[in-house]
Amino acid sequence: MKRSFLLLFLITIIGFIYIGRLFQLQILRGGNSNPIQSAAVKIEYDYPERGYIYDRNGKLLVANQLSYDVMIIPKEVKVIDTLQFCSLLKITKEDFIHKVKKAENYARWLPSVFVKQLAKDDFAFLQEKLHKFKGFYIQKRIIRNYPIKSAANVLGYISEVNERVAKNSDYYEQGELIGWWGVEKQYEKELRGIKGKKHLKRNNLNKITGRYKKGKYDTLAVAGKDLTLTIDVNLQEYGEKLMTGKRGGIVAIEPSTGEILALITAPSYDPNMMVGRDRSVNSTRLFGDTINNPTYDRGLQGVYSPGSPFKIINGLIGLQEEVIDENFSVKCYHGYRYGHRKNEFMGCHCGIVGRPIRIKKAISKSCNSYFATIYRKIIDKYEDTEVGFDIWSNHVKSFGLGNFLGYDLPVGQKGLIPDAKYYSDRNKYSWGATTTISNAIGQGEIQTTPIQLANATAAIANKGFYYTPHIVKSINKKGILDTAYTIPKKTSVDAKYFPIAIEAMSDVFKTGTGKWSQVKGIDICGKTGTVENFTKINGQKVKLQDHSILIAFAPKDNPKIALAVFVENGGYGATIAAPITSLMIEKYLNGTTERKHIEERMLNLSLQEIYNKQLQIPDSLETGKEQHILKP
Amino acid sequence: MLILLYFVLVGFGWMNIYAASSTDTSQEIFDMSTKYGKQLLWISLSIPLIIFILFFNSKFYERFASLLYLISITSLIGLFLFGKNINGATSWYNFGGIGIQPSEFAKAFTALAVAKLMSDRQYNLKLMKNQIKAFIIIFTPAFFITLQPDPGSALIYLSFFFVLNREGLTLSYIILGFLAILLFLLTLFFGSKIILLVSFGLITIFILYGIYKNKQFLRFNGLRFLFIYGAVGLFILGVGFAYNNIFEQRHRDRFDVLLGRKVDTKNIGYNSYQSELTISSGGFLGKGYLQGDRTQGDFVPEQHTDYIFSTVGEEWGFLGSSVVIILFIFLLYRIIYLAEKHTNKFGRIYGYGIASILFFHVIVNIGMVIGLLPTVGIPLPFFSYGGSGLWGFTLLLFIFIRLDAHKKYDW
Repeated sequence: MKRSFLLLFLITIIGFIYIGRLFQLQILRGGNSNPIQSAAVKIEYDYPERGYIYDRNGKLLVANQLSYDVMIIPKEVKVIDTLQFCSLLKITKEDFIHKVKKAENYARWLPSVFVKQLAKDDFAFLQEKLHKFKGFYIQKRIIRNYPIKSAANVLGYISEVNERVAKNSDYYEQGELIGWWGVEKQYEKELRGIKGKKHLKRNNLNKITGRYKKGKYDTLAVAGKDLTLTIDVNLQEYGEKLMTGKRGGIVAIEPSTGEILALITAPSYDPNMMVGRDRSVNSTRLFGDTINNPTYDRGLQGVYSPGSPFKIINGLIGLQEEVIDENFSVKCYHGYRYGHRKNEFMGCHCGIVGRPIRIKKAISKSCNSYFATIYRKIIDKYEDTEVGFDIWSNHVKSFGLGNFLGYDLPVGQKGLIPDAKYYSDRNKYSWGATTTISNAIGQGEIQTTPIQLANATAAIANKGFYYTPHIVKSINKKGILDTAYTIPKKTSVDAKYFPIAIEAMSDVFKTGTGKWSQVKGIDICGKTGTVENFTKINGQKVKLQDHSILIAFAPKDNPKIALAVFVENGGYGATIAAPITSLMIEKYLNGTTERKHIEERMLNLSLQEIYNKQLQIPDSLETGKEQHILKP
Repeated sequence: MLILLYFVLVGFGWMNIYAASSTDTSQEIFDMSTKYGKQLLWISLSIPLIIFILFFNSKFYERFASLLYLISITSLIGLFLFGKNINGATSWYNFGGIGIQPSEFAKAFTALAVAKLMSDRQYNLKLMKNQIKAFIIIFTPAFFITLQPDPGSALIYLSFFFVLNREGLTLSYIILGFLAILLFLLTLFFGSKIILLVSFGLITIFILYGIYKNKQFLRFNGLRFLFIYGAVGLFILGVGFAYNNIFEQRHRDRFDVLLGRKVDTKNIGYNSYQSELTISSGGFLGKGYLQGDRTQGDFVPEQHTDYIFSTVGEEWGFLGSSVVIILFIFLLYRIIYLAEKHTNKFGRIYGYGIASILFFHVIVNIGMVIGLLPTVGIPLPFFSYGGSGLWGFTLLLFIFIRLDAHKKYDW
């Protein structure tokens, strides 16, 4: 045996080496690989049709349409008559050469898109002649179609899945379609359905040789669900028309359900701009417009001081905290002095001098002195200012202000309702009711969005509760059951205190600032507001034209609609916001409006000149003159 | 025992050929248009062959070894006249659509001839004359096979060195050969200049060590050392020349890729790469018989022939492929064991010869499939598709079994 040792030895050693190598390959390297991700398995998707979107009355808002992409496989291209081909596709010859090269750079033997989303007529012509052009074929795609040119901000749009999303998702692959904005984004899962998967066996030539494991892993596509929105598209369209030439937002809510009836932002755009061949051009134009910001939803994202409408809430808190009652009165002498220094004085334009003002009149006449007085009473009710302030702050927040409301749209702003901590963190010195007195009249630190204010209005209309606003009424004809939208949220102000405030709001449209916007037969309750606003130009605070604001609900008994209207730089609440509100209410409740002259005036009113002016640097800044600084 | 192993290996081999070459559309086992159908035919036909082999007296093989050897040499030469050129090599006779590859049979007959030569009682390997005789017998078929050209199959004849070593040839030939291969690879890898310096340095150190031990060392061996310097130098310089001028580009590419000398941009290592991936994907238990998606997808070229082991790797996993390796090891052990027990020198040498041949096939083939050795196109014994190959190995093994069965009655 001695002489055969060498061979036996080699056999054994090499046996060990080979088994070791197998161990390395199969256990260390390959042990946990997923068989489905193998190169030998190709997954093919079956995309279900995306769900349609309707408005609350069943009007079709979003549908699907076929679009035709011209595809190219560079390896097979054989075009005899390039000129004819180009004219069919409406491209130049240089374009043609450029596109072919681009496709070749991508892959010579794989299809890539040559011309995207061909117009229907072009497609018809091309289809007849396509057999002449080898290497090209047409691929059908489903794209969105918007029969009504409205509510772009609500509906959103769909977009191709980009690399980043695809990487972080276990569902999407690059180039698939995904809701990117608005309802399309929020209800992406419902709308898209679930794509079906087919696992196919593939050989070394990338050829399909059959189904992988007889379809063991295959799944069927699940159709997308149709959505019915709470939007009333007639009202939405009407509101958008009224807002032409203006910037701002209108939010209308049905108080008894929390359903959003209209969500208007101005300026907006035609949703059809985000589909079709010009999509990328349009998209750049819309998103690049930093001056008009058409893609910015002012109804949800616009943050404004609420102004006078906020006084109602302060009044209610005063009643709830029992620092005042219905008969409590304040005498106003053109304003309210909250300190000894000359400038520590808040002016008032209520026009009632020296006579006692009670809460009802204070609201309808918007008396600053009255609310400054009760604000101090609320805050100073407790010995510790911070306790009093937090109680006030929590009351305000119970109206849905100062935080995300939890509605079903993907964008929003918190706004700001300060609490004691907010001031303690920021002020080195002591602070109190007087230093925050602007909060009494809805200015100062307080920031709200139109939808928050509309919701708070609904809470007032409901006498102390609201449903979280929402945009989707039903999915596949089944009403939403999400308890977030079906269980009312109570305000911390009791129902018994609301009637007096509602009476006062009713007076606003009878005798107060809204009396010019009365609608025959409809008892509108509302409150106008005029909010000062500033901007910084070259580091200096510059006062701009006031925002015009109004909150309202109607009718007074059994309210059907509550809304908040913000018109940027619109001036007095009574001049723009009030007529727009009354027109909206009339349109919604009566279906039409009789006050044609007001309607016409509002439709034609444009604030563009004011907006343009803001873009220019005021003379005073250039000459270094003293600026008009906050007059309390 | 050997017969059992034979049938296990052949049977398992066929199952894997079936897996590697079957498609969903044709499920008929005896379909002669398919690879696995043909292989099954070959396997069935090997049974009469076995009976035929066993029918002859063991003395017959000893007596007619030279004749059989001459016949096979003739058939190899005949290829240049009547052979059929497939894939650039004239290795086949074509008999009505059935290809016969004489080089597969030549192995067995060469082994017989070597055994016959060396079993002569007068034969002493220490003599240069006898060594040369043996070399001539071994390298004549290798020479003709290289001319086909099928250098992979010719390489197999190197395995006879094990036999010669067993029968008394000093280890120095194997060591020399091994050193040459090592030098060859190192030269390719590091370049001839560095290796020239290093090897000269090593030789010089060795000589200095000799002189240090024994002052007379150089005087007796001076000329010999000059010769060594010259031979090594020429060899190293020759590597570059042979590599660039005698080797074909495809051979060069294989070495380059394996040694990492070039980045594999042209998919030269495609076979090895796919084969490794396929084996890796098997994991511990494998994907199950006929469930190997990479096998079904034909990702590994030549998977039913030279790369059949990758099918085993994918479908049977680490467990299955280790078992196959162990089976081969066991087979080789068994053959060597039986050969050593032979009292008859002829049987012993023949047994040792076939063990070496099988061993060589197995290490080169599996080494290639698992990416440890460069691509050399030789089949895996009993596994790979191909009638000639299967019959060749059957012949090889069963002549030994016949000899083995006889030994008890021998002297």
